[in-house]
Amino acid sequence: MRLSYPTNIKVVKVPCTGRVDVLTMLKAFEAGADGIYVAGCLEGECHFLKGNLRARKRVNYLKTLLAELGIEPERAAIYNLSSAQGQRFAQIAEEMTGIVRALGPSPIRKHNAEETPAGAQA
Amino acid sequence: MIVGNRKSLEEILELVKPYKKILLLGCRECITVCAAGGEREVGVLASELKIARKKDGEEIEIKEFTLERQCDVEYIEQIKPFIDEYEAVVSMACGAGINYTADCFPKNIVLPAINTTFLGVTLEQGVWSERCQGCGECILHLTGGVCPVARCAKSLFNGPCGGSAKGVCEVDKDTDCAWQLIVDRLKAQGKLENYEKIIEIKDWSTSRDGGPRRRIREDLRITS
Ligand code: SF4
Ligand code: SF4
Repeated sequence: MRLSYPTNIKVVKVPCTGRVDVLTMLKAFEAGADGIYVAGCLEGECHFLKGNLRARKRVNYLKTLLAELGIEPERAAIYNLSSAQGQRFAQIAEEMTGIVRALGPSPIRKHNAEETPAGAQA
Repeated sequence: MIVGNRKSLEEILELVKPYKKILLLGCRECITVCAAGGEREVGVLASELKIARKKDGEEIEIKEFTLERQCDVEYIEQIKPFIDEYEAVVSMACGAGINYTADCFPKNIVLPAINTTFLGVTLEQGVWSERCQGCGECILHLTGGVCPVARCAKSLFNGPCGGSAKGVCEVDKDTDCAWQLIVDRLKAQGKLENYEKIIEIKDWSTSRDGGPRRRIREDLRITS
C-alpha cells in the first residue's frame, strides 16, 4: 500500500494489547513521550478474548493518573482497528500526531536532558 | 486480608516535598493482593513522582524496593545496609507495616503512602469488601457467619434497626443490611432459633477499648 505516517511515532510491538500495563505507558511519559496511543484489535475480535477491553480500561486509568499529574489526559488514547486496515492505521497516526502537536511538547520533555522519543505506540 | 488505598499523588508529593532521595518500600502481602502497595504500585508511584518532579524542573532519586513483609523484623532488616543513603522512606505497606518499619529505624523518617482501611475479602478482581473489625471476641457462630460488628453500620448485636428496607441498609443503597443477611442465612440453615437468642452487651475491652492489643504464645518465644 506504501502508506506513509508521521515519522515521529515510535512503534512498540506487543503480542496483544492486554500486555500493555499502566506502568509501561507511564514510563513512556517519564521518558519524555509527548503522547502515547494503544492500537488494539477491533472490540470483540481479541484473540485472547478481552485483551483490548482491558487495555481500554488501563488507558482510562492512565488518563486519571495524568490528570493528577497536571498532564493533559488527551495525550493518551486507545484506538481499535484490524491488522488489515492499513489506511486506518495511517489515519490514526496522523490524527494522534495532530492532537499531540496541538497540545505542544510534554512538560516532562522540557526537563529531560537527552532527546527522547516524541511518541510511543503499542 | 488487610485492605488499603493509596493516598493521592498530591498528598504524597506534599509529604516528600523536602526530600530529593527516597526509598519507596512496598510489601508483598495483603497490600499487594489489594493492589495498593505491591511491587507494581511501587513502580507506578515511583514513575508518577519522577514525572511530577521533572515537570517542575526538579529531580528525585527513588530506590524501589519491595519486602516480603513489613511486619516482620527479618524482612525489614534487609533495608538496613542502605536505608541511611536515603533522606526518607515512603512505605506502601499497611499501617502495621509502616509502624514497624518506623519502629525498627527510629532515626529515619518513615512516611505513609497508604490509607489502611479494613479487614476484608476480594469480592471479585478489583473489588474488596469489609468483613471483620478484629473485635477480639468472635460471635460468628451465632450470626450465621455474618459479622454484625463490621457489616452492620451501627454494629448492632440484636438487629435489624428500623432503617432496614428490602434488605438494604439505610446508610447506603449499595450496602446490604447485615441483619437481613443474618436472618436469611439462619433461615436457610434452619437455625432461626439463634436469632431468638438475645446477644448480651458486648465486652469491648477485647477490642480497641482495652488499648493496643498484644498476643503472646510463651511456647513459641525464644527470647525469654
Ligand atoms: S465478631 Fe468480631 S472477630 Fe468476629 S468477625 Fe466480627 S469483628 Fe471480627
Ligand atoms: S439497616 Fe441493617 S445494617 Fe444498616 S444499621 Fe440497621 S441493622 Fe445495621
